[in-house]
Amino acid sequence: MSAPVLDIRNLAVALPRGGERPNAVEGINITVRPREIVCVVGESGSGKSVTAFTTMGLLPPVLKPVAGEILLQGEDTLTASKARLRELRGSRMAMIFQEPMTALNPVMPVGDQIAEALDWHDTKLSRAERSARVLALMDDVRLPRPAEMAKAYPHQLSGGQRQRVMIAMALANEPALIIADEPTTALDVTTQAQILKLMRELQARHDSGILFITHDFGVVAEIADRVVVMRRGKLVEEGTADEVLNHPRDPYTRMLIDAVPSAVPPPARPIPDKAPLVTTRDVEKVYGGGVLGGRTVKALDKVSISLRPGETLGIVGESGSGKSTLARCIARFVDPTAGEIRLGDEEIGQKPQRALHPIRRRIQVIFQDPYRSLNPRRTVGQSIIEGPMNYGTSRAEAWERARDLLKLVDMEPAGLDRYPHEFSGGQRQRIAIARALAMQPEVLIADEAVSALDVSVQKQVLELLEDIREKLGLAMLFITHDLRVAARICDSVVVMLNGKVVEAGPSGEVFGNPQHDYTKALFAAAPGHGRFDKAPRAPAAG
Amino acid sequence: MSATGASDAALPPPPARRRLPRALTNPSVIVGLVVLGIVLVAALAAPLLWTVDPTFLRPRFRLRPPSDVAWLGTDQFGRDVYSRVIYGAQISLFVGFAVATIAVIIGTLIGVVAGYFRMLDMIVMRVMDGIMAIPAILLAIAMVTLSGAGIVTVIVAIVIPEIPRVARLVRSVVLTVREEPYVEAAIGVGTPLPKVLWRHVLPNTIAPLIVQATYICGAAILTEAILSFLGAGIPTETPSWGNIMAEGRQSFQIAPWVILFPGLCVAATVLAINIMGDGLRDTLDPRLARRLGNVG
Amino acid sequence: MGRFLAGRILATIPVLVVVATVVFLLLRLAPGDPAAILAGDAASPEQIAAIRARLGLDEPPLTQFLEWIGRLLRGDLGTSIISNQPVTKLIGERIEPTLALATTTILFAIAVAVPLGVVAAWRHGSWIDRAVMAFSVIGFSIPIFVLGYLLIFGFAMELRWLPVQGYTSIREGFLPFITRLVLPTLTLSVIYIALIARITRASVLETLGEDYVRTARAKGVGERSVLSRHALRNAAVPIVSVIGIGIALLISGVVVTESVFNLPGLGRLTVDAVLARDYPVIQGVTLLFAFLYVLINLGIDVAYTLLDPRIRY
Repeated sequence: MSAPVLDIRNLAVALPRGGERPNAVEGINITVRPREIVCVVGESGSGKSVTAFTTMGLLPPVLKPVAGEILLQGEDTLTASKARLRELRGSRMAMIFQEPMTALNPVMPVGDQIAEALDWHDTKLSRAERSARVLALMDDVRLPRPAEMAKAYPHQLSGGQRQRVMIAMALANEPALIIADEPTTALDVTTQAQILKLMRELQARHDSGILFITHDFGVVAEIADRVVVMRRGKLVEEGTADEVLNHPRDPYTRMLIDAVPSAVPPPARPIPDKAPLVTTRDVEKVYGGGVLGGRTVKALDKVSISLRPGETLGIVGESGSGKSTLARCIARFVDPTAGEIRLGDEEIGQKPQRALHPIRRRIQVIFQDPYRSLNPRRTVGQSIIEGPMNYGTSRAEAWERARDLLKLVDMEPAGLDRYPHEFSGGQRQRIAIARALAMQPEVLIADEAVSALDVSVQKQVLELLEDIREKLGLAMLFITHDLRVAARICDSVVVMLNGKVVEAGPSGEVFGNPQHDYTKALFAAAPGHGRFDKAPRAPAAG
Repeated sequence: MSATGASDAALPPPPARRRLPRALTNPSVIVGLVVLGIVLVAALAAPLLWTVDPTFLRPRFRLRPPSDVAWLGTDQFGRDVYSRVIYGAQISLFVGFAVATIAVIIGTLIGVVAGYFRMLDMIVMRVMDGIMAIPAILLAIAMVTLSGAGIVTVIVAIVIPEIPRVARLVRSVVLTVREEPYVEAAIGVGTPLPKVLWRHVLPNTIAPLIVQATYICGAAILTEAILSFLGAGIPTETPSWGNIMAEGRQSFQIAPWVILFPGLCVAATVLAINIMGDGLRDTLDPRLARRLGNVG
Repeated sequence: MGRFLAGRILATIPVLVVVATVVFLLLRLAPGDPAAILAGDAASPEQIAAIRARLGLDEPPLTQFLEWIGRLLRGDLGTSIISNQPVTKLIGERIEPTLALATTTILFAIAVAVPLGVVAAWRHGSWIDRAVMAFSVIGFSIPIFVLGYLLIFGFAMELRWLPVQGYTSIREGFLPFITRLVLPTLTLSVIYIALIARITRASVLETLGEDYVRTARAKGVGERSVLSRHALRNAAVPIVSVIGIGIALLISGVVVTESVFNLPGLGRLTVDAVLARDYPVIQGVTLLFAFLYVLINLGIDVAYTLLDPRIRY
């Protein structure tokens, strides 16, 4: 076995005083060998990114390494001078970041940004050699028409292309080590699959070792040679991908892997065959245009769906598919441009905003970002009782109901007098669910309601939603980009692409035997495809 | 630094209500408040502070340098500069507070209307742009020339150019906040628009408005001084820091104290107010601090 | 690009209309009788009537407004009540010192303020950062004329390095021209430097925290290049826009500075008009400055397209 390119030994990084724990990470030992991909997996707060940034010497000043050593081909980067670190960065170690949009300089052509990585490490290159090298790198990461694209600015590229530029930049000086910090998290699932494929290919052609930070066990299954699991700053488990994924020793690792939802839906629930509660017919939404003309974007194009009482309907699609716009049209946060939306027998799509008061009570929404969906200035109780009081419930009664609802979502009723910032993301999402339920709605719209949550928290919130829909017989519209989540919770699914519905049907059929090419591609792209798709389990409740 | 969206490090700051007491422990705020307090007490207790009638003319004691009798010297009419400066503080502070209050009230109304009612936004904001384009001092000069000098005219003349700044600030906060999911959630649970604005949107403007009001107060005191200095301010029967200096202009080369002392008062007071504003901005409204870098 | 330009140019038209309307309304909405106030306490009813006729206050408001817009479009800013000369002619005679002062001030202020702001942001929290911030808050707090007199007192009267007051045209030699502009330029630039340094510091501080700066560091780019090619380059739009907005501050400052240093420019023209209650002159200068302000900011909006490739459509 060749000598490791990266050898982290007993690393500890201190948090500022008064933090929740003394060290951001401690007792970290990780080795990466040439041509090896080591995945560091963990939930938020596990310290996986801190480890990566410490290696690059890019920690924010408040965090200080206090113990251990980080050997990059035998040279300790913790004790290296600033000038030496600068030399090492970009030449012997390079980094790929999570957000390819913000990680690229928006006012510099991407070719120049790649060239910059060369300029600072290989000053002997002539102008022609330099631009030839840039084009070769762009070609290497499969960017189409490199000569033209080199002159483009980041905003003119797609998300996947931007990430390819980042990878080209990282490869520029054939580094011994590449650190990839959640490089595919911000990308759509099909793009993610392409980038992961590219990284595997590159690994075959270059000698670099890769330290790959991720929270997603699907990605781990796709790409890892070895896996390191972290939790709250400490190393939990380490081993080959096969060992960790298939025979996890640590209970935490096992819990994380179990929390990954299966892409095979559970057996179908019986849904009473009643008249649909929500139907849309040929709904369209066009943005832009207006008085001055200008470009228009068709966010929804003749979308027709129907949701029965007690049913959970998943709307699945990548970014830009129009799935959230559809939800917002049904909730009437936006006005549909054309088409019909019915709630029961009532047409609600074309009603003016002021006539919507009676409708609002019946449709409630849970939003994606639990940190922004509760007013930080109002107590949890005030947020929950606001709705019922708008419809004439007395304060005392509304408060009583709020207490019961907090219990229903597994929280202490004492929380009513506290402010949102005192709660974690998962707890806030429970509060948001309680707020929605306080209205005694008929339809619950969950708009990416579990997407921002860690996988273990996500599992708990999904269980809660399943529990509630059984108890209350709610109809649910479940908007998500995550196929596994959709498979787990939805009775039927609608797959959307570019504002259109491409496929619809009961979950079992769509997941078991997708018809449309796009649906097939989408399912094939899901990371860890086939790996976590264990035998269907019985529904959680009932 | 952690990877997924839900990171505990990304906790939003606690609401302004609980930041106000913290703001009062900020050294800049304390310094500003102390200096401002001294000026305010001096202005209110002017008759008790060994002053004489600030309008009393003593032709035989013209342009005397500072001494035991006239601590800060006398002006070209033999009036006591110390007494005039102390009494002048009343006018300057009054103008500052009045302008800040009026500009904030009117500007907030306009800003909310523009931010929430998109139909009016275009029109209202073009009018605001137009007013901002007219140099404040020239607008004020024109108004004072037409309506005659007086404290009301001066206050109105200083308020008008400040209104667009407040309106723009409030509008930008409203535009940002109305996109917040919690505002949408409030609409979703059937809260009527006026209540949404009052409960969920307007509280977000309080912190930036306190900061902005502080800067406006300082700027207004400066503008009053400049207007008076140019001869378009408050008539000299009522001493203000500006008109004391205006009268000292001709004799500047022989009696610099007539300009120097009120000038120092203006500078010290406005400096205290601006320092306080910076302190308030840093504690109350870190986002504004980052966005505007303060334009005073 | 062409679309963007056309949009920007069209958008300035309503602003110019608002400016003209506000200035028009000032005279008509003034409480009391502006003609009487302009005529002064000792004026006879005939004199007041003459001024009223002169300002066109006798006619119905709509006619007045249309005539007013018509005259503006023809470039007619009215006639002085005192000297009976067209306001445009008076402005033409006085514009040179004002342009000279404004140009030296803008150049000097940008040359000083931008590097100060960048260094302050780079060394965030250090003594140099605190000094820049202190200078900036003091700059905002000193009445500009007090500063002017302090400089005259120090450099001209005590040290006798520079002339006290007055103006010499550049046509009579560069040295006398520039020596007489040193003190006014210093005086006028302090507040402008304070403004630009502050916004530069804040903007660069913000861009230094952006991901692309981290990327640049991750590929081993040196600090100077990180600052100039990445941080400052991305902070350019807010900085340039504040330079434009700051022109308003500069115009107010010009009026005061010219009075203090006895420069025969537009500011002096205005102040003399205030004392003589020569309203058409005040009105003409106000309009001119407002229009200049709008046009300069239009130019700056266009410059955005060069600074930020994203503002192009």
